[in-house]
Amino acid sequence: MNEISRRRFLSRITLALTAFIGGIVGLPILGYLLAPLFSAPTDELVPVGAITDFPVGETKLVSVRDPSPLAWAGQTADTALWVRRREQSGPQMFQVFNVNCTHLGCPVNWQAGAKLFLCPCHGGVFYSDGTVAGGPPPRPLFEREWEVSGDRLLVRQQPLPTVKQG
Amino acid sequence: MSRLREAGKLPGRVVTWLGERFELEDSVMAVLRHPVPRELERPVGWWYVLGSATLAVFIAQVVTGVGLAMTYVPAPNSAYDSLQFISHGASLGAVVRGMHYFGAGAMVILVLAHMTQVYLFGAFKFPREANWLTGSLLLLATLAIIGEWLTRLIVAGNNVGGATLTRFYATHVFLIPAAIFGLIGMHLYLVVKRGISEPPVAGLPVDPPSYRARYAEMLRRGIPFWPDSAWRDAVAAAAVVAAVVLLAAILGAPDLNKPADPTNVVADPRPDWYFLGYFAILALIPPATEAVVIVGLPLFAFTFLFLVPLLWPDGERHWSRRPAAIAAVALPFIAYAALTVAGIESPWVPKLEGGTLPGSVTQGLTEPARRGSDLFVSKACVACHAIEGAGGRRGPDLSHVGSRLNRDQLTARIATGGGGMPAFAGSLTPNELDDLVTFLTTRR
Repeated sequence: MNEISRRRFLSRITLALTAFIGGIVGLPILGYLLAPLFSAPTDELVPVGAITDFPVGETKLVSVRDPSPLAWAGQTADTALWVRRREQSGPQMFQVFNVNCTHLGCPVNWQAGAKLFLCPCHGGVFYSDGTVAGGPPPRPLFEREWEVSGDRLLVRQQPLPTVKQG
Repeated sequence: MSRLREAGKLPGRVVTWLGERFELEDSVMAVLRHPVPRELERPVGWWYVLGSATLAVFIAQVVTGVGLAMTYVPAPNSAYDSLQFISHGASLGAVVRGMHYFGAGAMVILVLAHMTQVYLFGAFKFPREANWLTGSLLLLATLAIIGEWLTRLIVAGNNVGGATLTRFYATHVFLIPAAIFGLIGMHLYLVVKRGISEPPVAGLPVDPPSYRARYAEMLRRGIPFWPDSAWRDAVAAAAVVAAVVLLAAILGAPDLNKPADPTNVVADPRPDWYFLGYFAILALIPPATEAVVIVGLPLFAFTFLFLVPLLWPDGERHWSRRPAAIAAVALPFIAYAALTVAGIESPWVPKLEGGTLPGSVTQGLTEPARRGSDLFVSKACVACHAIEGAGGRRGPDLSHVGSRLNRDQLTARIATGGGGMPAFAGSLTPNELDDLVTFLTTRR
């Protein structure tokens, strides 16, 4: 047993214990913070109103509430959507748009006279069917899946859209 | 009488006792009295106050931030009410919130000024490269970087919700300030350990092999930082902090808008003034280059910052011998100022509300032209096009369009759009289109 190997042994023990402490503290907190990555995506259908609330040919703003919000979520549990009732029936009856401009996410504004969605941030413009009419947006407005059940219109809650969904 | 004199000496004796028992002479005072080059006695010393002024404002931000955290509730259903209370109910709440607000603006200005001064003085060169690197990290630490892949992580779920605000709050009050504290510690350690750079002299380049000896000689003839140089830092820090407090006391906290509401679509989102230039870039560049600019521009800027001391560690320090360095400072500042002005004016934003034509335009029109002028407003043409000063500036001014384009050209342009303009064939009947064109041909 010489002095050097004893020192090396002790320094390795100390480093290993330090790493151990970091690990047992770090792993739970890491799991706690990363938990949202592993939660199942929400895809519930939520009602937004009666079909008769949406006159043919018009586009209306509706707000839907997260079906299971945190108790303190307040207004952040609400999401706004633009619902367009088309002339057709069946699978062509509605178009449901996220209000967020596909450029950088500002809420677009429906101009009924011009039949255009205008964005207040960088001047993006979309036609009534969500396609780009002008300005910087790279793609049409994001659409939500919807279903008609009886006389109710249901809309699927979806994760925040990303470019990959394009 | 003598008892009174004894009592008068008491404070001095307490200070001496504390200094001795806590060994302050060897620690705090030794650091404070570290030598600095004698040139700092001259007016050029005023250029060296920007770092400590930044530090003073940062400390003020921590103090006001802790104060605000005692009242602010970072939960979506209460945050707005607690902000209202701070601004209108709590005594001096508006002043404290105002100090935090104006302090943030002062931080941005001072950090950029400090960085510019250090760069133009060549103070980042050998042996102070690490000072510059920690300083660049400090700049980075004040900006939140939110990548696309982080969206889900940061909003703590698939949508913005109750957990989003608390995550941003904890990042803002714990993570980023902790990083800043650590970096300031390193930065200041290096400033004292390496010694402050001497004012640059044109024609006297940095020569790494001989620099340390030359600098050590300079310090032998130097002056103690405390108090010979520190008084200037104190003056500058006091002036800056007083300016922040004065602005807060006179102007108060910025007005609270309506509570944040995801279902409110008539928002007019604008960033704080220091990001208006970036906001403008994103409106003005061609859409195809957007991904490159959003990711690439900040990446390029920070890569450049980090490479500065590694690529140019020696050579001339004085700005008069470094024309490229002057350009590297002037061009971004000019571009930033121009973009900020553009961001304030935002001519690319359609005027969403309240567009009407002045009476001088609508008077004396024929019946079809009058109907056309109504359509110009109701079909939101006025949101993007101005006539006689009324309307948006997104598209061309149409005050004299009748002398530029004939009926057929106007009809084609409105129906099919093009050049950034939407096609209106689907939202105008042929008769309406006819009336609108009739109105526009009267604009000469």
